[in-house]
Amino acid sequence: MKKPWKYINAPFLSISIAASVINVAQAEEVVLVSGAVGKDIEILKEIVKPWEQKTGHTLTVFPMPASTTDQFAQYRLWLAAGNADIDVFQTDVIWAPQLANNFVDLTPYTKDIINQHFPSIIESQTSNGKLVALPFFTDAPALYYRKDLLEKYQKAAPTTWQELTATAKEIQTKERQAGNDNMWGFVWQGNSYEGLTCNALEWVKSFGGGQIVEADGSISINNEKAIEALKLAKSWVGNISPAGVLAYQEEDARGVWQTGNAVFMRNWPYAYALGNMETSTIKDQFAVMPLPSGTENGPSAATLGGWNLAVSSYSTKKDASISLIKFLASEEVQKYQALQSSRLPTIMSLYDDPDIKQQQPMIAQWKDVFLQAVPRPSAPTKIKYNEVSSKFFSAVHATLLGSGSAEENLEVLEYELEELKGSRW
Amino acid sequence: MFNKHTLTNPPISSLQKQKQRAAFWFLAPMLLVLICVAAWPLLRSIYFSFTDTSLTDLYGGEWVGFKNYLSWKTLSSGRIIYSGTLVDPAWWNAVWNTVKFAVVSVTLETIIGLMVALVLNAEFKGRALVRAAILIPWAIPTIVSAKMWAWMFNDQFGIINDMLLTVGLIDHKIAWTANLDTAMLSVLIVDIWKTTPFMALLCLAGLQMIPRDMYESAKIDGIHPIKVFFQVTLPLVKPALMVAVIFRTLDALRMFDLVYVLTPNSTATKTMSIISRENLIEFDKFAYGSAQSTLLFAIIAIFVALYIWLGKLDLNGDKS
Repeated sequence: MKKPWKYINAPFLSISIAASVINVAQAEEVVLVSGAVGKDIEILKEIVKPWEQKTGHTLTVFPMPASTTDQFAQYRLWLAAGNADIDVFQTDVIWAPQLANNFVDLTPYTKDIINQHFPSIIESQTSNGKLVALPFFTDAPALYYRKDLLEKYQKAAPTTWQELTATAKEIQTKERQAGNDNMWGFVWQGNSYEGLTCNALEWVKSFGGGQIVEADGSISINNEKAIEALKLAKSWVGNISPAGVLAYQEEDARGVWQTGNAVFMRNWPYAYALGNMETSTIKDQFAVMPLPSGTENGPSAATLGGWNLAVSSYSTKKDASISLIKFLASEEVQKYQALQSSRLPTIMSLYDDPDIKQQQPMIAQWKDVFLQAVPRPSAPTKIKYNEVSSKFFSAVHATLLGSGSAEENLEVLEYELEELKGSRW
Repeated sequence: MFNKHTLTNPPISSLQKQKQRAAFWFLAPMLLVLICVAAWPLLRSIYFSFTDTSLTDLYGGEWVGFKNYLSWKTLSSGRIIYSGTLVDPAWWNAVWNTVKFAVVSVTLETIIGLMVALVLNAEFKGRALVRAAILIPWAIPTIVSAKMWAWMFNDQFGIINDMLLTVGLIDHKIAWTANLDTAMLSVLIVDIWKTTPFMALLCLAGLQMIPRDMYESAKIDGIHPIKVFFQVTLPLVKPALMVAVIFRTLDALRMFDLVYVLTPNSTATKTMSIISRENLIEFDKFAYGSAQSTLLFAIIAIFVALYIWLGKLDLNGDKS
C-alpha cells in the first residue's frame, strides 16, 4: 500500500537489477522525481548515460504533472511521510526554505563548483547557511515584441512601462482601424496565482517599490512607488490588455500572442522556441528584450525562476544521488541542455560559449535579463512564503479587478503580512 | 425489510439467527475497509484540528484545544483580540460561496432534471438514443469538462462569446472566469450542465415506478395535465427526488475540482474544500486546515440530519 509506484516501475526495476548484476556490487538505482512533459524525460535519460557508464549506477525517472502547485503538494506529502523511495527531487526556485528540513546540506560536496553558478541563484537555494539544492537550469521572463509591427509604425522597442503603454495603445488602435479587430497591445499573466506574484513583483520592483518583503524580513509593499505601479497596470486591463487577462496563465497569454493578436507579451523563455515553430503565424517576426522599467533610464526587473536538484534526507543512496546531481548540474550537461532544448544555463561562463552563441543566439540575449533578475521573497519569509505570495497576488488581483483601490488593498495587505509575520518570519 | 420483519416478530427462530450471523460475516470485510479508509482518517483529522501539527512535523504536534477554531487574548488595554478559523473572514467567505453554490445549483438541477425526466418518460421514437446521449456530460470526468469549459469561456477565442456576439446578446467579449461577477455564474453553468443528467436519471427512475393506469383514469376523468402533475406525479416521485436532492447537496457542499480548474484562487468562488486544502498543504498550516475540514464535515453532518428530520426522509425504503 505504501509504495504503489514500486509496482508501476517493475520494468525499470528489473532492468536495474540486470544492470547491477553486470556492474560492480555497489551499483545503485537512483530515483529522480521531476515534473516534465514526455520529451524532457527522454532527453534526461539520454543525458545521464555517461554518468551511468562511469559510476555503474542507474537512474529511474518518476514523472509528475507539469503544474508546480500540484508537484509541491505531492512532494510535501512524500517528505512529510519520510518516504525513502525518491532520492532526488527536482525543485522550483522558491521551495528551498520551505523544504529545507527534508533535504541534505550540499555545501561540503560542492565547494569546488559552486562559484561557477550565478551567485543570486545559489543564494536563492541557500537557507540558514545550508545549500538545499544545486541549480539545474534557470528561467527569467522577458518582453516579447513584434519586430514587424514596430517597424511598420516606426516605433522603438519600449524601455519604460509608460512607453510600452503608449506604443501598445497606438499600434492596437491603428491595427484595429486597419481591420484586425482582435489585436491587443500587451498580454501577460493576470490570473490570481503564483504567476501574478511574478508579474506584479516586476512592476513594483522596476518602479523602485521594493520586493514585497525585503531580505531582512521587513514588509515594504505599502509604498507610493508600488501604488503607482499597480495603478498603471490597472489602466492596461480592458485598454491595451483584454479584460480576460485577469484569468490568463502563461499558455493563455501565449495563445493570443502566437495567433498574431498581440504586440507585446511578457513570458518565460519556453515561448521563444514555440513562437518560432514552423506552424507559428509569427515565426521570425518577433524578438525579446529585458522587461521595461518604471522610470526613465531606471532599472528593469525580471522575476527569477528555474529548477534545481535536491537530495532527500530520507534517501538510502545519498552518495550516488549526490554524484548524480553534481553530474546533472555540470557544465557539460548544461551545455547539452542549452543546445538541445534552449534551457538557460546557471553556469555563467556558458553564456559566452561560442557553440551556444552560434546555435542558440537567444540564450546570450537572456544574460541581460538575468542580470536584472529579482528573487521572490521566499528566503526571508521561509515556510510562510506560499501564504505571503497568496495574499500578495490576491491583493493585486483585487486591485486590477477594481475591487478596492491600490492604496486600500496594499494597506490591508501590509496589515495582513504583519499579522502573518508575528514576532518573526 | 429484513429488520422490519424481525422487529414485528419478537421470537427469533434459530434459522434467522443464523442468517443474521452470516450477514454480519459477509459485511465484516466491508466494515473493516470502511473503518480503515473512512473512520480512521476522519477521526485523525479531527484529532489534528486540536493540535499544532504541521506537515513538516506530522508526529510532533501538541494538544492546543480549540485554538484553531477560536481563541482570544485580552490586551493590556482591555481590548480582546480573537483568532481562529471561526473569525477568519476568508473561511466565512468560503462558507458563503459554498452555500450559495449548493442552493442555486441543486435547485436548478432539480427543476431542469425533473423536466428532462418528464420528457424522457414520454413515449417517442429514438427515446433510448436520447436517454444515452443525455448522460454524456455526466460521464465526462470533471477535470476534463472543467478544462473544456475553460476554453469555451475564454474571452478571446471562446465559443461562448462568439455565439453570444453573433446572435447579438452581448456587444463586447466577456471575460467570464476573470470577473468577480461572472466567475460564480460560470461555475454554476458548468455544474448544471454536468450534473443535470444525474438528477434526470434519478427522477426518471422515480417516474417509471408510477403506474400508468393512474394517468389513464385521470385522462378519462378529464383532469388538466398541470393538475395531474402537481396532484399525482410530484407526490409520487417525491421520495426518489428527495434522495436525489440529498446526494447532490452533499456533492455540492464538498465541491472542489470544478472550481480548482475553472477559477483557481478567485475569492468569488473559493469553496470550503478549496480553502482547507490550501491551508493543509500549501500554507503549511496543517492543524488549521484540519479544523476547517472538521467544520466542513460538521456542517455537512448537521445539514443531512436536519434534512432527514425535516423532510421525514425514508432512507430504509419501508414506506414505499
